[in-house]
Amino acid sequence: MNPIETPKTYQDYVDKKSPNSPIIKNCFNAFWVGGLICSIGQIILNICKERGFDTQISGTIVSILLIGISAFLTGLNLFNKIGKFAGAGSLIPITGFANSIVSPAMEYKSEGYVMGVGGKMFTVAGPVLVFGISTSIIVGIVYLIFNTQSITLV
Amino acid sequence: MKKIGKQTVKFDTPPTIVDCSSIVGPKESQGPLAKYFDKTLEDEFWGEKTWEKAESKIIKENINLLITKSGIATNEIDCVFAGDLLNQCISSSFGLRDENIPFFGVFGACSTFVESLSLGAIAVEGFANNVLCATSSHFCSAEKQFRFPLELGNQRPPTSQWTVTGSGAAILSKNGTGPYITHITPGKIVDMGIKDANNMGAAMAPAFCDTLITHFLDTGRNPSYYDAIISGDLGHIGKEIAIDITKSKGYNIKSNYNDCGVLIFDKNSQDTHSGGSGCACCGSVFSGYFFRQLKQKKLKKILLIATGALMNSTSSQQGESIPGIAHAISIEI
Amino acid sequence: MNINWSNVFDWMMLLKCFVTGGLLCVIGQILIDKTKLTPARILVIFVTTGAILGGLGIYKYLVDFAGAGATVPLTGFGYSLAKGAIEEVSQNGLVGAFIGGIKATAGGIAAAVFFGYLASLISKPKMKKQ
Repeated sequence: MNPIETPKTYQDYVDKKSPNSPIIKNCFNAFWVGGLICSIGQIILNICKERGFDTQISGTIVSILLIGISAFLTGLNLFNKIGKFAGAGSLIPITGFANSIVSPAMEYKSEGYVMGVGGKMFTVAGPVLVFGISTSIIVGIVYLIFNTQSITLV
Repeated sequence: MKKIGKQTVKFDTPPTIVDCSSIVGPKESQGPLAKYFDKTLEDEFWGEKTWEKAESKIIKENINLLITKSGIATNEIDCVFAGDLLNQCISSSFGLRDENIPFFGVFGACSTFVESLSLGAIAVEGFANNVLCATSSHFCSAEKQFRFPLELGNQRPPTSQWTVTGSGAAILSKNGTGPYITHITPGKIVDMGIKDANNMGAAMAPAFCDTLITHFLDTGRNPSYYDAIISGDLGHIGKEIAIDITKSKGYNIKSNYNDCGVLIFDKNSQDTHSGGSGCACCGSVFSGYFFRQLKQKKLKKILLIATGALMNSTSSQQGESIPGIAHAISIEI
Repeated sequence: MNINWSNVFDWMMLLKCFVTGGLLCVIGQILIDKTKLTPARILVIFVTTGAILGGLGIYKYLVDFAGAGATVPLTGFGYSLAKGAIEEVSQNGLVGAFIGGIKATAGGIAAAVFFGYLASLISKPKMKKQ
């Protein structure tokens, strides 16, 4: 068999030859670390509610605290070790969003505080805001149209 | 010098590799080849403020080390061929800006070391008495430029390779008693359509095999002529692929073939996945390990084939496949 | 003010939160391992999915069921964006679509920017030890 006959046969051959990620182990670690981070969030949320904050503000406090913790751990050079172990378990919660803002900020510090830190801060997380905010605007507009129509229909 | 066959150049008065030197980072100095390197670093910054400055310092200090070691004065060196992975080869040009030696910047991605040696050998056969060839790479500056910020908590897939922090350098000379560079086989660009930037070994292996087989056809040699055939940074996966491809073309290289990226790290204890990569992978392993083996006559004939992936982060984002290249030099004593 | 700790450690709620949050992360992990998508793309997929499900009124049920297990993952960030936009639209009309999303998530975004800047002031990237 000649693996480099065509790019197609070579790609198939390479896929067969390349080891796969240990997906069971990765999913298990992602599951419990992700679950743990969410549970910490839930505990903070419950404390806030007990203290009399409404749901909206409590949720914001949870976000700010988790982002703060994540930024702190990133600053201590620890978050990448957690991320290496947990994969999506630390990426998918808001902690991963925070890490993706803090890590380029630190990395590009060497290019100065304005164009380095300020300019490169959103190299990884920028798309999240662009797509998230754009989708929310579309959702809002669709809701507006849908709502007016249903009113006129009724 | 004259061209033989399709791509190979044979030297009439083969240039001698007078001396080599190597500096490597902390991770490499915990690897299996640690004792062969001339200098090992305690940390990746080496007292500098940025990764880029650190990489420049590594290549600069390595060249100074080599000049001291070889006993050839700076003003006796006719020119330098050097290159690295950073945009516009800044490590080499910044590292060499105070040296007052005519400078040729070379880019061949991770194949730069052998590309420099090839051009250096041609220069020695032509106008020069002494030529210096050098290269460097740095894990952190390469990650920053090609992948993600260091502190980003992502997982590296099992096919990914670890950029070697360090530098390799060699002085070629008209006069000397070997080891000699007898042949060079510059490689063609070979692209088999691999797009996964985390699987460089697979992208470069076809280029390696193309250059290797062309070298055999041009010189009339076969794999057993060499004591060792060494590729630059195919890694564990690329090495297996290379063995398979050459076998399908009728050459068995399994017994005397190895890869610098496989040799420099211990896969199990150092968690480097598919092995080392980067310009300094081939550069430091040849300068540190194989050159000593040649000097001590433990190896007599080796074929060094450095492999490179000719892509950048823009081309991968635009969905381009990864063109591979491989340059070969035959070194004999 | 006294805190009723048995409300804080509502084990049933915490279990639902743990499992839901964990499962959302497992979906992300499968995407990472099976599709070779970069982290940025996965975050974009999650936030967009969350916003769409939020807009359709589906994600709300998951939030009611799992609490922080649904709001802490990035889909929850998308949900907050969409929910904010809808609430603001129903109060102020079209202009609300542009205000609501960021207004509802302002705390998180501002915190990330500020802490990111702060961390870069006091800390330096380090080599991964492995």
